[in-house]
Amino acid sequence: MRAAVVVFPGSNCDRDLAVAFEQAGFDVSMVWHKDASLPQGIDIVGIPGGFSYGDYLRCGAIAAQSPICKAVVEHTERGGYALGVCNGFQVLTETGILPGALLRNAGLKYICKTVELKVETSNSVFTEGYNAGDVIGIPIAHHDGNYYADDETLAALKAEDRIAFTYTDNPNGARDDIAGILSANRRVLGMMPHPERAADAGHGGTDGAALFRALAGALTPA
Amino acid sequence: MKARVHVMLKNGVLDPQGEAVRHALGAMGFDKVTGVRQGKVIDLDLVEGATKADVAEMCEKLLANTVIERYEIELV
Repeated sequence: MRAAVVVFPGSNCDRDLAVAFEQAGFDVSMVWHKDASLPQGIDIVGIPGGFSYGDYLRCGAIAAQSPICKAVVEHTERGGYALGVCNGFQVLTETGILPGALLRNAGLKYICKTVELKVETSNSVFTEGYNAGDVIGIPIAHHDGNYYADDETLAALKAEDRIAFTYTDNPNGARDDIAGILSANRRVLGMMPHPERAADAGHGGTDGAALFRALAGALTPA
Repeated sequence: MKARVHVMLKNGVLDPQGEAVRHALGAMGFDKVTGVRQGKVIDLDLVEGATKADVAEMCEKLLANTVIERYEIELV
């Protein structure tokens, strides 16, 4: 299995994400934002957390226009898998790969702590290692994690079982407590919490490891 | 020539920064303020002959996120 992790100027979770993929058994290539294509034969692309391009204009807005993101859009349009965490989720919404947007936290403060997430669906390669209804502890670290989508989009996400995770105690004002969502084909997951920061016993929690293990189990070499 | 683009959160999208400013104004005794919305102003220097349609395309593709924001363009 092969994974690519995108590195933007300002990414700061790229190595953590790469290690989480590696521990699950992936060969990982790092790709630079100026690269115009993803490595041949990758099974999944990871968009890491951080502050791509300083979060200028809007979080993820400049990154979404970078050469590598055009390749990521093409990859997902071909049915490729992608995981965006934190700033990576913001980038996925700015490219239009995932619906909605991430607004400033309702309390205006940057929040860095472990929160409880409820697994809303086990029907995806990302979440099949959990049972729907499981409550897991995963760290968040964001200033702009307040998920917004209009009523019509929210209704579609619910009807299509595309809400992957919700907060049990909403920290940021996100609509319907949404912490992570799936694409229509269920092959792209964007989430504000950091599963790669809960993938090793040294992190103080391993509730995120099941996500990477499930991915490794589900993705066969392309 | 120049263009000035105003980018504001859409009506109905919570603006926590505007709310914080409203609270602060109230706490300072400015009791005539009932609402605050905070946005961005982006000034563009343009070549002669650029049109409002050119700027609108820039807004749609980058300057505004039309999921949450609306924009107004002034050519000046």
